[in-house]
Amino acid sequence: MRPEDRDLVAQLCAARSGQKVDPAKDYLMETRLGPVARREGYESTTALMAGLRASREDRLIWAIVEAMAAGDTSFFRDPEAFEHFRLVLAPELAQRRQDQPIRIWSAACATGQEVHSLAMVVDEMAGQWPEARFELYGSDLSERVLEKAQSGLYTQFEVQRGLPIRSLIRHFEKADDMWVISPQLRQTIRWRRLNLIGDMSRVRGFDLIFCRNVISGMIDPARHRVIENLAAALNPGGKVLFGADEDALTSGEALRPMEGARGLFALASDDRAAA
Amino acid sequence: MRTCLIVDDSRVIRKVARRILEDLGFDVAEAADGAEALSWCRSTMPEVVLLDWNMPVMNGLEFLRGLRMEPGGQGPKVIFCTVENEVGAIREALESGADEYIMKPFDSEIMAAKFAQAGLT
Repeated sequence: MRPEDRDLVAQLCAARSGQKVDPAKDYLMETRLGPVARREGYESTTALMAGLRASREDRLIWAIVEAMAAGDTSFFRDPEAFEHFRLVLAPELAQRRQDQPIRIWSAACATGQEVHSLAMVVDEMAGQWPEARFELYGSDLSERVLEKAQSGLYTQFEVQRGLPIRSLIRHFEKADDMWVISPQLRQTIRWRRLNLIGDMSRVRGFDLIFCRNVISGMIDPARHRVIENLAAALNPGGKVLFGADEDALTSGEALRPMEGARGLFALASDDRAAA
Repeated sequence: MRTCLIVDDSRVIRKVARRILEDLGFDVAEAADGAEALSWCRSTMPEVVLLDWNMPVMNGLEFLRGLRMEPGGQGPKVIFCTVENEVGAIREALESGADEYIMKPFDSEIMAAKFAQAGLT
């Protein structure tokens, strides 16, 4: 790709989704945008960018931004976070909110492995907390990855990354060469396309938000905006779990770090209410 | 050093698995079928066995059932590594005493993840 095209991609990503994209990463852009070019009928990424400059078509801009946002994910990625959820966070919530649904949101859920992992943990806890009603939500910027997430279909390679074999045979069925998550688990999750730096004034009432390995890939103003949006989406007493290496990125804002797990934050306003 | 016994009739698979397991810090031994593996275990019980299913002389499932009957045979973690990828086969392996299960083809990432799930890394 030409340097000016790579600069344009970086600018579009920063403006539309807050992503920090390095224009020097030619290979990454070719890898991510090659499939977009083919799908849109262009013979190369250079032709795709020429087409974009000529048409300025919003749909094409989003196709590019979404393709650049695609992140790596796997089942039970960073197992410590899921252990903390299973042993501490979920039991706490089950005790605290016995009369109301417990709402958990996987923000930027990509192809769904994180929220499906949470659904498996919740399902396996059901006997322990029969009264608790967990509601799980998955959102992502990209319609394409959400479609895959909603399908619950994964390759043999994907199900072997992070998923213990007993969980596989308990929660999945074989579908030709693929594995599909059980309808029982799938129906516990609601899906929505959502831009975390967009207007989220109607996104409210969550008890726990998983937003891991997202803010570290964002430009500063977008990161602040996401943190504000997530804080506003929390119920009092709610918590956000960022990536284990994202602790330092939220200092001095609407959230305060908590002990117990790396990347775990609570509302700073909860402290003030308690004082 | 922790020992892993690779049981597979394919020399290529044993070679690929050996490289990955040595990188994970294991001292690796090899056997080409279940009978050879069982004699190996009778003299030196490994910490973990990476086990193919379909092999001549004695298959993986027969080996596993035999191993679990041996004195000290409950000790080793057994991870199947096989092309058998039907739910029924996986269930049978687990019921026979397997700890984890890898469906071929595999790579180093899958191998490392499965060993971690079996509590071996």
